[in-house]
Amino acid sequence: MGQTVVQKILAKACGLDKVAVGEIVEPKVDLAMSHENGALVINQFKEIYEGTELPVKVWDPSKIAIIFDHRVPAESSKTATNQMKIRNFVKEQGITKFHDIRGDRMGICHQILPENGYVRPGYVVCGTDSHTTSHGALGAFAFGIGATEMASVWTLGTALNVPVPPTIKVIVTGKLNQFVEAKDIILYLIGKISSEGANNKVIEFHGDTIKNMNISGRLTLCNMAVEAGATSGIVPADEETQKYLKFVAGVQDDIDLVTPDEDAEYDSIVEIDANTLSPQIACPHTVDNVKPIEEVSGITVNQIVIGSCTNGRLEDLKTAADILKGNKVAEHTRMLIFPASGKIYQEAMKLGYFNTLMEAGAVVANSGCGPCLGIHQGALGDGEVALSTTNRNFKGRMGNPKSEVYLCSPAVAAASAIMGFITDPRKIQLND
Amino acid sequence: MSKVIYKLGDDISTDIIYPGRFMATVLPTETPQFAFVDEKELNKMLVNNEFEDGSVILANKNFGCGSSREQAVSTLKGYNISIIAKNFARIFLQNSVNLGLNTIQCPDIEANLGDDLEIKENEVINKTTGKSYKIIPLHSARQAIVDAGGLIPYTRKKLLERNK
Repeated sequence: MGQTVVQKILAKACGLDKVAVGEIVEPKVDLAMSHENGALVINQFKEIYEGTELPVKVWDPSKIAIIFDHRVPAESSKTATNQMKIRNFVKEQGITKFHDIRGDRMGICHQILPENGYVRPGYVVCGTDSHTTSHGALGAFAFGIGATEMASVWTLGTALNVPVPPTIKVIVTGKLNQFVEAKDIILYLIGKISSEGANNKVIEFHGDTIKNMNISGRLTLCNMAVEAGATSGIVPADEETQKYLKFVAGVQDDIDLVTPDEDAEYDSIVEIDANTLSPQIACPHTVDNVKPIEEVSGITVNQIVIGSCTNGRLEDLKTAADILKGNKVAEHTRMLIFPASGKIYQEAMKLGYFNTLMEAGAVVANSGCGPCLGIHQGALGDGEVALSTTNRNFKGRMGNPKSEVYLCSPAVAAASAIMGFITDPRKIQLND
Repeated sequence: MSKVIYKLGDDISTDIIYPGRFMATVLPTETPQFAFVDEKELNKMLVNNEFEDGSVILANKNFGCGSSREQAVSTLKGYNISIIAKNFARIFLQNSVNLGLNTIQCPDIEANLGDDLEIKENEVINKTTGKSYKIIPLHSARQAIVDAGGLIPYTRKKLLERNK
């Protein structure tokens, strides 16, 4: 019996020929990522060394990435002090993949890693962030862990006790309609299999729709795989992956494409027909409460957010600018834009997207995670409703348990900004 | 005996257990005050210590879904309670094992507020109704971490073995 992509990656990382589903393995980690919660990782890491009389040194400083993105620039002295503590540690340990609060390097961790070529197909990537699943978009096995587990990785260079996960094969075929995007595919999938449908499993994406999808779209898919509970999402690496790594991320080395065997054994197979898909909306307060836009159009919205690790990339900003060009954000609605990285910010500026968006009434903030999880800017008032391209709509997610969050694609967010209520982008007249 | 002191529904997210707005607080000794801070009644009961040691919070499916934030576990570890749920989200369960929070997977559990439960190795007995329910045991590799007293001592032991 053949192996899935993740089985192959894990086997290689363990120095084995094959691994079986359910087996517990201890793979070598190729990249270990943290953000501001690195402050807690440092605390736990130092505790591991207590009483050992060994030098407190990470296993390999070149394989650790730390990116400030959750609260940038710091919103409080507490955060600033945590960031300071991390900066000192980075220097002390010689960690080079460090992205501080600077326009030329900053960004959301799940954009910084691919953009800088830190992730390659076949890598084992772990991160102290649940959306680490994103990096499966480049053919890596990437999963979220807690801070103490990261401290253990920093110490040993291996992830302890990883159960080889079963894999769900998702096949997406057909051509997406105008203004139907990767976000709609993943929301539809989560609605179909539920918020726990892939718990402890991997989602492997296949089909011609995926084959024709760029890395930005694939990042959106894998990013939200965790909202179905998945350990990781993964798109087996192909020419598109190679092209992205070479020409966008500037990777010079040879890229090894790891693909699943033809006869790999899957837990289940889910087929999605892209031709018939409408824009999808995840309604409060669970990500699997998904409805086609036809059923929720007309709901009044106080705040629109475009950004985050899910949908803050250049293509997303272009979609928003194309729809908002020559239009105005509705009077009772605020529109906030959080680009996914400084690089994207600069490119969007050059291309004039920000002029268009600001003329329409949008506010462009620096890149960061802030509003998505209600920790930095963009909080909601009591009873307010947000429509957002982010990834979670849990009660209280945007900082107020008395508010509601709907999730959507950038096209739906932009069209709804004009009308001030949830609007199908296919019904908006575009200006040149 | 363990009393059910609070009942929760499906998909209790880490944003409900430990809202993002308190995430700048990271140290395990400082997080317990914010446990279920928006579930005011539950937070008050915990913070004011209005329960007996070993009491149970009972939830349905997918408890701890969402973020990898370890505060969602350390905040509960600050109290002498157990969490029984039909099942747990992956990262939350793993964090519980790593920090030593007592989480019990019991897919068929049925109990009301105030029921007395007896938690045994393989089953939970509801003493109030007389019914018993099977526990899904932790994988042996995870149990090894619990037995070592958590991931910090477990890793320390491995580190010392490597440096022998």
